[in-house]
Amino acid sequence: MRRNDRSTNPYYRSLIRNMVLIIILVSITPMLLVGGVFLDQFYHSYRNKIYDHLKELTQKHIQNIDGFLQEKLSDLRLMADTNSFDKLSDETFLAEILALLGHEYHAVFTDLGVINAQGRQIAYAGPFKLANVMYSESEWFKKAITSQYFISDVFLGLRGLPHFIIAVRQKWRGDYVILRATVDFAAFNNLVEKLRIGKTGFAFILNKNGELQTKPYFDFVPRKGCYGYFLDFEKKFPGQVQIVERSVETGNHKIYAASFLKNGDWLLVYQQDIDDAFSELNRTKNIAILIMITGSLVIIAVAFISSKKMVQRIEKADKEKELMNQQVIETGKLASIGELAAGIAHEINNPVAIMVEEAGWIRDLLEEEDFKEGENLDEFQRALNQIKTQGIRCKEITHKLLSFARKTDPKVHDVQINDLIEQMVELSAQKAKYSNVVVNTNLKKDLPPIQMPESELQQVFLNLLNNAIDAMEKTGGTIQITSHKENNNVLISVADNGPGIPRANLARIFDPFFSTKPVGKGTGLGLSICYGIIKKMGGSISVKSVIDVGTIFHVRIPIPDGQKRNNEVPPINSGSH
Amino acid sequence: MDNITVLLVDDEAPFVETMAKRLKKRDLDIIPALSGEAALELLQKHANIEVVILDVKMPGMDGIETLREIKKSYPLAEVIMLTGHATVETGIEGMKLGAFDYLMKPCDTEQLVSKVNQAAVKLRRHQNKILEARIKEITSRRP
Repeated sequence: MRRNDRSTNPYYRSLIRNMVLIIILVSITPMLLVGGVFLDQFYHSYRNKIYDHLKELTQKHIQNIDGFLQEKLSDLRLMADTNSFDKLSDETFLAEILALLGHEYHAVFTDLGVINAQGRQIAYAGPFKLANVMYSESEWFKKAITSQYFISDVFLGLRGLPHFIIAVRQKWRGDYVILRATVDFAAFNNLVEKLRIGKTGFAFILNKNGELQTKPYFDFVPRKGCYGYFLDFEKKFPGQVQIVERSVETGNHKIYAASFLKNGDWLLVYQQDIDDAFSELNRTKNIAILIMITGSLVIIAVAFISSKKMVQRIEKADKEKELMNQQVIETGKLASIGELAAGIAHEINNPVAIMVEEAGWIRDLLEEEDFKEGENLDEFQRALNQIKTQGIRCKEITHKLLSFARKTDPKVHDVQINDLIEQMVELSAQKAKYSNVVVNTNLKKDLPPIQMPESELQQVFLNLLNNAIDAMEKTGGTIQITSHKENNNVLISVADNGPGIPRANLARIFDPFFSTKPVGKGTGLGLSICYGIIKKMGGSISVKSVIDVGTIFHVRIPIPDGQKRNNEVPPINSGSH
Repeated sequence: MDNITVLLVDDEAPFVETMAKRLKKRDLDIIPALSGEAALELLQKHANIEVVILDVKMPGMDGIETLREIKKSYPLAEVIMLTGHATVETGIEGMKLGAFDYLMKPCDTEQLVSKVNQAAVKLRRHQNKILEARIKEITSRRP
């Protein structure tokens, strides 16, 4: 609670704030910069690595697929070249070849067929009943009849299964004839399906119309818009792998790698979620961010704690300094007030002396016969007495003031402090009894003697006692006087359980003329004289007070060292007084 | 006994005036002076001055200085110091320099008068002794 209260000072709060800000700024900024730059660099190089990898992968697969298609085509060409169509149009021979190819190439070819220029399949070998089927209206046939070799897109065809056709055109009996083979979809699909990375990376092939040529790992319908970009791209950069990143409608970002194959007929697209593709990068990024956040939190915490601690120390030092300044000012103030008081006392002494003398003169004159009969003689006498009394009062005040300001007193004795205190207690016993105050003493025996004027010490303790008794005049109470030795000092405390002194008054209690007693009852000089006396002795006097609990005065008087005490003779011991 | 001749020195004219009147009323012959310098001049003029009442605090030549001069030139004259100090230093210093006594201002007139009387008694005793010594010296002179 207290700590919080102390920090409510806006100056210290802003000090803490500034320190925290500076520490945070100075330590977090470079961390963020370095972290950011490294992360950025890492991101770019990692991206490049992923891109290169994808490019390479795509290219390899394109080569594979292209190679596969070329191989199948050349197989078929070999068949067409080495065997005459006379033989090939024989279905049993065709079946033999199919078996041979199947044996050699693991049933990649599903079936074989020979089709004449009119589109009729004149011979067929395979599991489907497709002999004598007319293909004249089929897309693939229209294209196949116009070129020497042809590989079709994947389609369902008459058999209702996805497949594609490799066709070789030959001249036979003066007309074109086509040898065609159906490639098993599963075998071809396998080539593409193997291209899988991570959880979401997969590949598929599209034709120029954006239709799927393979069965993708995940079911989806390719949209023309999405892949149209790649379809256009081929016109500009044939044969290259193009990589783009874009977001799709489902919200996740995807990376696409695409390249054409089959002479630009087909598009191999590899796609993967970016999160998946860059999963390692993201992990690194997350770790880095985690470290940065943790580091920042630690820095902030340390900044707060250390700033607060430092400011608390500064605050403490400031307070001590302030206190010391206050003490210095207080001492200086008392000294200057003392001098001022002495000056005033001097100046006032003369006019008062004149007034008293004038009154004395009037009194002298009243003695004469002329006035003896005056009817107001008694009144004159009374007034003159009053002037004299008040003059004496003035004199007392000025003399007290001067004694407060004086610097040395010659009558230095060895004083037994305990005896002196007992005497003073005895002196004030009557007054204490009257005010219903009990005075207890707890004095340590065998205290070394103190060297200072006895009369002044008497003044100090009588003042303290009287003040304590006055404070408890109405309520009654207890005064506790203790004395003991500490290091090279005698410590005396005078404690009462009276009403206490308000904080505002506490600071001014040793100021001359400061009094809370009614006018005429106190001069306000008692404690300032005590202060002056004890200070002059090289001791100190302090006060602590709590409202409704009591007040305690501490007096510290230094003990003179033995040698000095024995050798020194009291300087002047005048008997003229 | 003749009236005692007293030189009253103080820079405060009203004080000197009133004090002079009061002391005259008590059968003292008063010569007033308002400064140390004036006091020394008057001492030169009036050889019959027996007691000097001297204020310590005066502008110009102060009490202690005046006292020193008086004691130098007129060692027999008795000086009573009036101090404004509650402290005794000044008084004591004066005593050391040969003042008869000191009183604090404002002082009681009766007390002052009695001091003056004591001082005069002392002075006259001294003077008598000196006189006797001279007479003795003269009478015992060999022809």
